[in-house]
Amino acid sequence: MKTKRANRRIKQAWDDSIFDICCNLFLTLFVIIVFYPIYFVVVASFTEPTYVNSGALLLYPKEFTLSGYKAIFAEERVWSGYFNTILYTLGGTVAGTAAVVMAGYAFSRKDLPGAGLLMKLYVFTMYFGGGTIPLFLVVRRLGLVDTRAIMILLGCVSTYNIIVVRSFMQSNIPEELYDAAIIDGCGQGKFFLKVVLPLSKAVVSVIVMYIAVGYWNSYFNAMIFLTDAGKYPLQMYLREILLISSISATNNAQMISDPEYARYMQTMAQVVKYSIIVVSTAPIICVYPFIQKYFVKGVMIGSVKG
Amino acid sequence: MKHVKAKTSVGPLSGEQKRRRLVRALKRNWVLYVFLLPSLVYIILFCYWPMYGLQIAFRNFKFKDGFWGSEWVGLRWFEKFLSTPRFWGILKNTLVLSIYSLIAGFPLPVILALVLNNVRNVRWKKFAQTITYMPHFIAVTVLVGMMSLFFSPSSGFVNTLLSYLGGSGDTYFMGTPRYFSHMYVWSGVWQGMGWGSIIYLAALAGVDQELHEAANIDGANKLKRIWHIDLPSILPTVIILLVMSCGSIVGVGYEKVYLMQNSLNVEVSEVISTYVYRTGLGNRQYSYSTAIGLLNNLVNIVILAIVNKVSGKLSGISLW
Repeated sequence: MKTKRANRRIKQAWDDSIFDICCNLFLTLFVIIVFYPIYFVVVASFTEPTYVNSGALLLYPKEFTLSGYKAIFAEERVWSGYFNTILYTLGGTVAGTAAVVMAGYAFSRKDLPGAGLLMKLYVFTMYFGGGTIPLFLVVRRLGLVDTRAIMILLGCVSTYNIIVVRSFMQSNIPEELYDAAIIDGCGQGKFFLKVVLPLSKAVVSVIVMYIAVGYWNSYFNAMIFLTDAGKYPLQMYLREILLISSISATNNAQMISDPEYARYMQTMAQVVKYSIIVVSTAPIICVYPFIQKYFVKGVMIGSVKG
Repeated sequence: MKHVKAKTSVGPLSGEQKRRRLVRALKRNWVLYVFLLPSLVYIILFCYWPMYGLQIAFRNFKFKDGFWGSEWVGLRWFEKFLSTPRFWGILKNTLVLSIYSLIAGFPLPVILALVLNNVRNVRWKKFAQTITYMPHFIAVTVLVGMMSLFFSPSSGFVNTLLSYLGGSGDTYFMGTPRYFSHMYVWSGVWQGMGWGSIIYLAALAGVDQELHEAANIDGANKLKRIWHIDLPSILPTVIILLVMSCGSIVGVGYEKVYLMQNSLNVEVSEVISTYVYRTGLGNRQYSYSTAIGLLNNLVNIVILAIVNKVSGKLSGISLW
């Protein structure tokens, strides 16, 4: 009897350690599959163009070079794209965070007449919308087509973010705190600035990150609403260089007149692409590990009540 | 406090009292309405005004007449779309991409979360999380750019690897219709797998550890404990997310498809949303394009409502 139980224990421990090994193998596989493409881009961006073009590059750079980066930073449109992206991201994030946090706070208060109805009005937009064309026509009517203003405004408010803020505040800012502050003669605005905001740093960070990443990565609004290439964000330029033409269009004149240069650009094309991927994505990927916990928190708050 | 007050007041409130209470609440809270104003203006301008503009789906829109003044044509655009020879092809492409995405993309985040939840080494777990969440932050433009580089017939590493394995090594993946859906779906899985696991990890963190201890003493090995304890615990989360993804089954995001589209694969890559974009802004058929978009949106809502209802009946879990 005793040996039988002991045997079962041993079998269980044996099963579990096999399971642990499988788990770790599985996870290692996941990590490699996700990491390798990212690693490859970075390595390829530093490698001699002819080696990259041959397709032989797999694991480590053979001849280190910065020529891809030099070619990119010589492009004026990369700089203007970067400038525009930063402008839109900053503007949109500031405007959006302000609007979303204020609305989230208002909705988190239980004694606001009409809040329930308003919330329904907001939530409805999560499921139903006018679509691309009516939106385009409205923006056109407002005179905002091909302006920087529309690039900053469009997409800054989302009902989902408002709900995240509201849920956070409902569970983290006790009603008693408000009652006490009001009895002490604290006004609504002052209470929000002095009490609510300091207590809501976590959720505000979440919202800032969500909006900022969204703006940094968006290209579709630019494609629909902008015609002036000087206002293009980096993503539009990326689309052009990565997917439409292999070689930057600005240098076409030189390419036709100078075949030597054309051949040079052709060999450079791949490395230029890898470099611009790094240049455009590095800001997010580098900052992200430090702010990862905020993102994770955001998902969790959002999941409590969707 | 307020509850106490409500209970102590005797009898139903008179109309006058109700009105006075409302005025007092409004006076006390006017700042909150000011707080709501910016987002409300945004919602009205960029969500509800376009919805008002949806009526052009039933009109023949002309700039000079505006939303309201354009000629009423009833269901002409809907009929036109449903009778266009391309309709079935577009619908099929849309459904193939969304259902394939759903089936391929759904189990992996759950598996990843279960695996992560079983890793004891904290630093290894953190590292794995950081890496697997990372692709979520890569822009669509960059993702599609990466694909076209990696799968390039002349210089991509995928073809290099395939040639080592005895393949031809010069397959043009991005331009071959046969590969389009696989490329679309699995790049999406690569990008979303880690991020999707967060929500399940959160649910797993809430599993009662005493259950595990009890099962452990009873001799259940880890695999059995996952099957009988962890999975049932996160089932509600799984179902909610499944219901939500069914709501967008007829809506394939245009951003990625549009970027992956080229003249070689257009027969399988044209989906409803890219067609809406092409007819609307490309060919300036504003009313026709709006009608298709509206139809698409309505079908999505109906499917969401049905799936939600079914889920509510079967499992008691629903969105609203």
